[in-house]
Amino acid sequence: MDTNIANSNLKSEDYFINMGPQHPATHGVLRLLLTIDGEIIKKVEPDLGYIHRSIEKMCERDSYQQIVHLTDRMDYLSSHINNEAVCLTVENALEIEVPERVKVIRTIIGELTRLASHQLWWGVMGMDVGALTTYFYGFRDRELINDIFEETCGARLTMNYNIPGGLMFDIHPNFVKRTKDFIAHFKTKLPEYDRLLTGNVIFQKRMKGVGILTKEDAISFGATGPVGRGSGFSCDVRKHHPYSALDKVTFKETLRTEGDSLARYEVRIQEMWESMSIIEQLIDNIPEGDFKVATNAVIKLPKGEFYQKVETARGELGVYVVSTGTKNPYRLKFRSPGFSNLSLLNHIAVGGKIGDLVASMATLDIVVPDIDR
Amino acid sequence: MDLTKDYKTEFMTNEGLQNLISNWIPDLEFTEEGSQFLNITVKPDQLYQLMSQLKTNNEANFDYLFCLSGVDWGKELGVVYHLESTTHRHTIVVKVKTEDRENPTFDTVSDIWFTADFHEREVFDFFGIIFNNHPNLKRLFLTEDWDGFPLRKDYVDEINMVIK
Repeated sequence: MDTNIANSNLKSEDYFINMGPQHPATHGVLRLLLTIDGEIIKKVEPDLGYIHRSIEKMCERDSYQQIVHLTDRMDYLSSHINNEAVCLTVENALEIEVPERVKVIRTIIGELTRLASHQLWWGVMGMDVGALTTYFYGFRDRELINDIFEETCGARLTMNYNIPGGLMFDIHPNFVKRTKDFIAHFKTKLPEYDRLLTGNVIFQKRMKGVGILTKEDAISFGATGPVGRGSGFSCDVRKHHPYSALDKVTFKETLRTEGDSLARYEVRIQEMWESMSIIEQLIDNIPEGDFKVATNAVIKLPKGEFYQKVETARGELGVYVVSTGTKNPYRLKFRSPGFSNLSLLNHIAVGGKIGDLVASMATLDIVVPDIDR
Repeated sequence: MDLTKDYKTEFMTNEGLQNLISNWIPDLEFTEEGSQFLNITVKPDQLYQLMSQLKTNNEANFDYLFCLSGVDWGKELGVVYHLESTTHRHTIVVKVKTEDRENPTFDTVSDIWFTADFHEREVFDFFGIIFNNHPNLKRLFLTEDWDGFPLRKDYVDEINMVIK
């Protein structure tokens, strides 16, 4: 018998491991089929469709007002921004000019949504690499935003506040004060995030130089949001195609050139500061006026094609509508950021270890209903 | 390649783009009607040539494919590509159509833009459009044994679809 197995001629074979669909690190019902050699990943193949609801097909039989309410079931952490995307498409197609008040409120609500989403991401990010405390910190601060949303929009998740033509109702009398209180609170808490996790040696070693995506590949894969910007791809829709009140505020598009997990992480942390700055510029100057303009009870878009993009917490959400002039879209396609961002997972994970796959995936910030639309 | 020439040209208007692109391939259809972008309709056998030139030409430089959608126009099936240049920031829409509903086939662009890999699989899944030379063309969301292509207009599923 050969006693020295390591030096023998025995050939190792690749084998397959299922990660998910019920795995905490896949953040939802996503199955990854891993081809591995020892602990080295040779291929990652996502298996999608566990929670596909065919929202695009449902849209073809729904009115435009109804479609708005389907979109917050896609990326549920960016629900306000998703709603806004459909509203803007309809308003641009009908050439409706919404009041300034609506634009400013939409932008504030949108940035609060981004903050809440990034806070949740940060909590889960730490948990994925083994730091459970972050989860509680993230949720502690996110609760305050949820309270603001609950008071003004009536819900804490899958909010419906934007409608074609404006907002469903005016902001709550407490909205301005509570938002300002939150910003004051979070400004003292965000440095805590850095102290707890960003500078941690173990965390840095898990992140630095892992899951590298070059700028060229980021553009080719259609990586947007913090994933694209972490690779130096200037893709912020708020900068390049500003909508609502975003052309009235000054903010910096955060770009990193490293393209590794740490770069994507730092982009999101920096974005939270920028979001707070945007809210601060607007919160004291909400113009007086109506919170909506009247639209027809039955909305019919003119014949033609319409495309609207917005920046959700995960990247570029596109709404492509083909209209034949009836009350339903003939075809409606959602270009979701998560779908494109997931497609590059194989590219950045191959050659790494399973633990690195979990860390890289956390920095992609995937929300599965956004992919399984 | 002439390195002395400055390839970093500026944003091009729709008219400029049309002048540039119409030199490459004869009988492309250009229209801006009913859309905020310049739309090009291309024949299936010229699709790949047009797409690779849109990406590699330095004046056009459409390096970012931001949306790829399948559309069933009733009689025709087709694909709509939304392209943007990240250096010049101009946008264009390319459409390709076929009347062959039994066996609709186009060339893949997944080797030009990586993102097309997943997007074309989605179109294959829901519209049954086949992409030549695609590296991994199989169902993405639905199961392998699924019957029919749900986003086609003539798809019938009496059990699961609620028609109002």
